[in-house]
Amino acid sequence: MTSTQDKAGRPIVVVTGMGIVTSLGAGKADNWAKLTAGQSGIKTITRFPTEGLKTTIAGAVDFLPLEPFCSTELGERLAELAIDEAIAQAGVGRGTFPGPLFLAVAPVEFEWHHREAFAAAAAAAATAAGAGANGAVDYDALLRAAASGRFRALHERCVVGSVAENLSERFGTQGSPISLSTACASGTTAIQLGVEAIRRGETEAALCVGTDASVNPEALIRFSLLSALSTQNDPPQAAAKPFSKNRDGFVMAEGAGALVLESLAAAQARGAKILGVIEGCGEMADSFHRTRSSPDGKPIIGCMRNAIEDAGRHPDEIDYINPHGTGTPENDKMEHVGAAAVFGERAKEVPISSNKSMIGHTLSAAGAVEAIFTLLTLEHQRLPPTINYVVPDPAIPLDVVPNVARDARVRCALSNSFGFGGQNVSLVMSREPA
Amino acid sequence: MAEAPRHVLITGIGIVSCLGEGPDAHWQQLMHAPRADVSRFAPYVVHLLPAIEFDKQIPKKGDQRQMELWQRIGTYAAGLALDSAQAKGDPALLGRIDLLVAAGGGERDYAVDSAILTGLQTAENPGAFLNERLMSDLRPTLFLGQLSNLLAGNITIVHSVTGSSRTFMGEEAAGVDAVRIAAARIASRQSEIVLVGGAHNGERPDLLLLYESGGYALKEPFAPVFARAERGGGMALASLGAFIMLESPEHAGARGAQALARLSHILSRRTRRHPGDVTAALERMWAELTPSLDSAHCAIVSGATGAEPATAEERAFLAAHAGIPVRATGTHIGHGVEAQFPMNVALATLALQHGELYPPADALGHDVAPGGTLRQAVVTSVGHWRGEGMALVEAVA
Repeated sequence: MTSTQDKAGRPIVVVTGMGIVTSLGAGKADNWAKLTAGQSGIKTITRFPTEGLKTTIAGAVDFLPLEPFCSTELGERLAELAIDEAIAQAGVGRGTFPGPLFLAVAPVEFEWHHREAFAAAAAAAATAAGAGANGAVDYDALLRAAASGRFRALHERCVVGSVAENLSERFGTQGSPISLSTACASGTTAIQLGVEAIRRGETEAALCVGTDASVNPEALIRFSLLSALSTQNDPPQAAAKPFSKNRDGFVMAEGAGALVLESLAAAQARGAKILGVIEGCGEMADSFHRTRSSPDGKPIIGCMRNAIEDAGRHPDEIDYINPHGTGTPENDKMEHVGAAAVFGERAKEVPISSNKSMIGHTLSAAGAVEAIFTLLTLEHQRLPPTINYVVPDPAIPLDVVPNVARDARVRCALSNSFGFGGQNVSLVMSREPA
Repeated sequence: MAEAPRHVLITGIGIVSCLGEGPDAHWQQLMHAPRADVSRFAPYVVHLLPAIEFDKQIPKKGDQRQMELWQRIGTYAAGLALDSAQAKGDPALLGRIDLLVAAGGGERDYAVDSAILTGLQTAENPGAFLNERLMSDLRPTLFLGQLSNLLAGNITIVHSVTGSSRTFMGEEAAGVDAVRIAAARIASRQSEIVLVGGAHNGERPDLLLLYESGGYALKEPFAPVFARAERGGGMALASLGAFIMLESPEHAGARGAQALARLSHILSRRTRRHPGDVTAALERMWAELTPSLDSAHCAIVSGATGAEPATAEERAFLAAHAGIPVRATGTHIGHGVEAQFPMNVALATLALQHGELYPPADALGHDVAPGGTLRQAVVTSVGHWRGEGMALVEAVA
């Protein structure tokens, strides 16, 4: 019988349920089939008018139509779908999940259709008062509309804690649900918090979720104004080009990933099927710049090394890297610097393929989505490709699994997430308990 | 077998509010009657930030320009906490410090929002109009100034705290859970030293809009938190920032850091907020603390917001423990949402250092004088909509 503790004497943390939604579709089976077929989920945006925008493409989840569209609402729906799939697979029972919720979620705020609802009420009040319609609308007018008491539901929708609150209620998670953000590393942080809670012995299980449905005009424009997005809109499927010389930014995308984590002891006790092991987590924050990595790569290098060390592993044991791999000029260059330092000569040989080439950057969800794809890579012993790899970047001599999936022996994998604000997190995962 | 949990010490506090900056200014001002502004956002009551020389903790103007006000407040308060913990200027130490921030976010450009909403009423093609105006009028730096995790990002950049960086969101609960998980990581040896806290800019019409739509924003006249129920209750938003340094005894001892207080227990709860839920949750948490309490030397530092019905439920709990003196800090400093609980842990620490409470001003109705020297402070959180929590902070030595 294997030990239920790792080399450091901590409870081994395993994955017993996974659920996923991306622009490729809902569910692990559909996503994995399309991902390994090199299919892209990036399309021209049809959700809102794109006139005047430099970027007109995204990996939006359009098979769950909402009218009016609301990013927070869709994010919650995506999370529900992913959690449904994860807890069904884990068999832990819907309605009473035996542990806390750690939710990586985009910061919630009023969206334009909310502000317009206040403005319409303000205009109606002005008309009723004889002031005439179409006057100037300012926050004083919005506040007078809000004071009518007719917008209480908007408060409950737009407090940041609402998504976690609703999910906690629906799935019966235990304790105060945690909403968190480490920007583009959020999904990974959610998993890390679950791992730590189980290692502390606070709980035998944790529900770790990342969700994001931010494809709306303002969010797209905010990223666009930071010059972070690809503007190669035609054809949409070719825009995300991680590690290519002609990469020009990431593609915004939507999705959700949910993982049921359990202590190995608890999973074995109930005869659960073990899908993978979260062996180690590592972090290191970057103090260099809000949107750029330290030029020496030290925080990225430290982050990967911390995760590998936390797993009790040596870099030589890592068989595959699921990179952050956004396709921005900066990220991919720095990720190569990091990999070269951590893996030395082996950096050229360890396969590293970016899911974002196909599903785009699912932002707050990315860490959870990509952890699931990494676990599926371990399960199927097959590496999903980096598509759109037509013009290799000679400065990034890595095996990016170009364009076509391939079989490989993968015992242990590293997944990286690097967020704006210098928030870096890496995970080490394996197929089975050592 | 896991080792026994270890103590969690508070080795630094950094606080900024309408009362001023730093422990001494706060303690002095708490002796005076509470005040709040009722004109700037009339009819709403807001506790405004006093003049702050941000240069003292954020020396580069370029850094300040990249931040919105809530981030400047938080980065400033974090710097004060690092000073208080004597942690500045030691790169090896700063590289070990884990950072856990409770944050909101979402600052707006009010002129841009108003112009767009006005124009949308008559725009022939509203979608194209929105795109055009946002593309030309949004400042690129505003995005970074409003991102929730960028308070932590700015603290890392300005103060070189790089051990790790995490941000919890979700209003009052975020503040409680940030302190809870920071303390749990130290107690279980997952971390040695954590800088935890938050910041809030209460001078924001968009936040007033959010809370007013739920009926939670206090309108004039100003009144203490327990004297608002007859008018339907309400919270007075506050600009404030609070960070505390939590540290293991071993780590603090090795670097000669002085413990200001000990964080002995920290609990959080989720309830559905059915009638009676909040009172019951507070009672259950109190019951968990009871074996550790010494009622002759104990006080309650309440996080009551003034919003109803939550404040009435907390009041029912307090009435059941009427022998314990209570101070609701929201009367003096207002409500800083995510940052309120870290602030109240800091103010509890301050009271323990003084060994006494400041004069009562909350109109609770059953004020009792403290017994002996103050040795314990129970800090409560009852968020305006969600977010129940309770901590026990104790004097050291």
